[in-house]
Amino acid sequence: MKPRQKRFLYIVIAIAAVGIAVGLVLNALKDNVSLYFTPTQVYNKEAPEGRSFRIGGLVEEGSIKREADGLTVNFVITDLHKTLPVVYKGILPDLFKEGKGVVVQGKMEAGGLMRADEVLAKHDENYMPPEAADALKKAETAAAANSSSAASPSSGTPGAQ
Amino acid sequence: MIPELGHFSLIVALCLAMVLGVLPILGAARNNAVLMGVARPVAYGQLLFVGLSFAALAYAFLNNDFSVLYVAQHSNSQLPAIYRFSAIWGGHEGSLLLWALFLSVWTAAVALFSRHLPEEMVARVLGVMGLIAVGFMLFMLFTSSPFERLLPAAADGRDLNPLLQDPGLVIHPPMLYMGYVGFSVAYAFAISALLGGKLDATWARWSRPWTTVAWVFMTLGIALGSGWAYYELGWGGWWFWDPVENASFMPWLLGTALIHSLAVTEKRGAFKSWTVLLAIAAFSLSLLGTFLVRSGVLTSVHSFAADPKRGIFILTFLVLVVGASLLLFAWRAPKVGLGGKFDLISRESLLLSNNVLLSVASASVFIGTLYPLFMDALGYGKLSVGAPYFEAVFVPLMIPMVLLMGLGPLARWKKMEVPELAKRVQWGFASALVLALLLPLLMGKFLMLEANKWSPMIVVGLLMAFWIIASLVISLRQRWAGQGAFMARVRKQSRSYYGMQLAHLGVAFFIIGVTLVKGYETERDVRMNVGDTVMAGGYEFKFNGVTETEGPNYVAGMGHVVVSQDGKRVGELNPEKRQYNVSGMPLTEAAIQTGLFRDLYVSLGEAIPESEGAWAVRVYIKPFVDWIWAGCLLMGLGGLFAVSDRRYRIHKQAVKQGQPS
Repeated sequence: MKPRQKRFLYIVIAIAAVGIAVGLVLNALKDNVSLYFTPTQVYNKEAPEGRSFRIGGLVEEGSIKREADGLTVNFVITDLHKTLPVVYKGILPDLFKEGKGVVVQGKMEAGGLMRADEVLAKHDENYMPPEAADALKKAETAAAANSSSAASPSSGTPGAQ
Repeated sequence: MIPELGHFSLIVALCLAMVLGVLPILGAARNNAVLMGVARPVAYGQLLFVGLSFAALAYAFLNNDFSVLYVAQHSNSQLPAIYRFSAIWGGHEGSLLLWALFLSVWTAAVALFSRHLPEEMVARVLGVMGLIAVGFMLFMLFTSSPFERLLPAAADGRDLNPLLQDPGLVIHPPMLYMGYVGFSVAYAFAISALLGGKLDATWARWSRPWTTVAWVFMTLGIALGSGWAYYELGWGGWWFWDPVENASFMPWLLGTALIHSLAVTEKRGAFKSWTVLLAIAAFSLSLLGTFLVRSGVLTSVHSFAADPKRGIFILTFLVLVVGASLLLFAWRAPKVGLGGKFDLISRESLLLSNNVLLSVASASVFIGTLYPLFMDALGYGKLSVGAPYFEAVFVPLMIPMVLLMGLGPLARWKKMEVPELAKRVQWGFASALVLALLLPLLMGKFLMLEANKWSPMIVVGLLMAFWIIASLVISLRQRWAGQGAFMARVRKQSRSYYGMQLAHLGVAFFIIGVTLVKGYETERDVRMNVGDTVMAGGYEFKFNGVTETEGPNYVAGMGHVVVSQDGKRVGELNPEKRQYNVSGMPLTEAAIQTGLFRDLYVSLGEAIPESEGAWAVRVYIKPFVDWIWAGCLLMGLGGLFAVSDRRYRIHKQAVKQGQPS
């Protein structure tokens, strides 16, 4: 082969390699990205149906209930405005506690129950997962917006909650 | 008083680093021997003062000086002394000080072991490292000094995160940091070659051992971290594609590419620009890793605290380093030239493919790690990229990479005919394939599993591992063949050759471990009453309840699980559920019985309320999991072997003999 042809071949191989890699990346990203939602967003039906997603918030006080098998746990996740019941079968992380931040990955089931595949708590007592903190903040601002619009005379109905 | 001295030493070290970053580089540009001569003593001085500063912090920790804020946040008087020492790098500020200390150690090491290098080169390399040190020390003094006082002093400290109270964590961060910082040497060599405009095989030979040593530290550091996650986090996983793990994995992948491309630059004078670019990229990713871990932008096991000011500082520093290096590269690289020519099928082209694949793999990890950050910054909402993404991208890239890895050491430099290469490897490949197809059918019996399991992924994994081993055997046979004494021929091969083969064997071990643990592991989460038994992977686990026990700074429930196989007792495992006194934080301490072919792994979930001593228990059988870390250890040993090669020392002796003094 002439040097020129050879160089051409190298370039073709390089482009093919990069192309394949980009294809792999895009394909894998499409299937494996999970979006974060807040309990309020789930309440407003913004969360996808039949697809796994993540939700952040606090474990509601007094909501943890264990079933007789000792492994299935029911609890409620809250952003202090809206709540969402979750069921999980398995061993929970050490720092999973009532009133503490938590991130749950799973799918919605009929009847507004979330079946979790994964429950994440942080590795530090004083640490709040940013997603959980974010959920609380969003719910706060949403509620503030609601109440201010409720106070204005143009909207006749009072804001929810 | 001592902490103030530490703070003051750090300021002195910063001043020295500034001198180091300016004068020698100026001297090299003007060919001024006096200015260049400043480099070495100043490098030693910088190490001395950073060392003093580190010693001051260590003193504060060991003597429980809770009037120092950082000590009060990360230590406690109940903490055993070894953890009080390792608590130095238990948080952000101390980690940075450790970074700076290691940077000074590497700088001083370069100053010490570079007697055979031209003065200009030494001056530039040390100067560049001085500039990096300036960046880090400014960062520390302005945003995160570990010496800040807490007035009035705390009565006692807030304690070290219990997860970090572990022997693995005493050595994991220092190892990893030695690796991260070590790439700064490769970077400094690359930058000084660009500055000097002289980039040749000699340059590659100088920078090779440094790069390899840094890579060895990094390999071992990552392996230690993975081992720690396996036994300390209590879920039996050894790699989570956690953003911070990825942050160390990206520079490792590029560092691996760099080692290989440096080999080509040294032996054949090719890939020069590419090698320089890799060195820049590997160090930039090390900095990015520090940024990701320490800025708190990523949610991870490792992000303990977040402070946006710090994030912005590191980001600015990163942009400066990357921007300046790339500008310099764009300006100077055309002068460097491309180097030797080679054919389509040759060792060069195989190594080039290895480099491309490793870089692409690194880029794909980069995308997966940073994608959520970009999306969040652009306002598309929060999302997370899970482990399946990384597996889906990484595995297909590594398969061709490993296939080429078997061919590389057998191919000749410059030009190789395809039929000849095929003839060399055909038997090796065929036997690897046959073994990989058959072994899974026998595995059931071998591992005492309930059933044989045969899956394409297991076959592919085993094929990869056996292929590497086959290629190794072929290569050794070729090298050892011939007339005369066998041992003489064995000894004739260079240490760097044996090092390379040892590291490749490590990759084979690693692949065997990953394949078999993924393919054959058994994981069971069960509720166990006292006296209950559960079967897993041919073993019987009997739960004899939980008793109270006490450690130096915690109380714990200790489980008693007796394991037996075919009625024969294998041993008792004692997993613990600890409650740390000061922080009140619970911690699951798994009990593991390691073995050559399998680990038995038991950890306690939680006590089940309203029962008579029943617990949720995790029971895992992990076949061949230790081969993963054995593989990493072999890679590290291989690297050390390669560095001890004679040719890195010959030159030095020749120079010494030449000098009359």
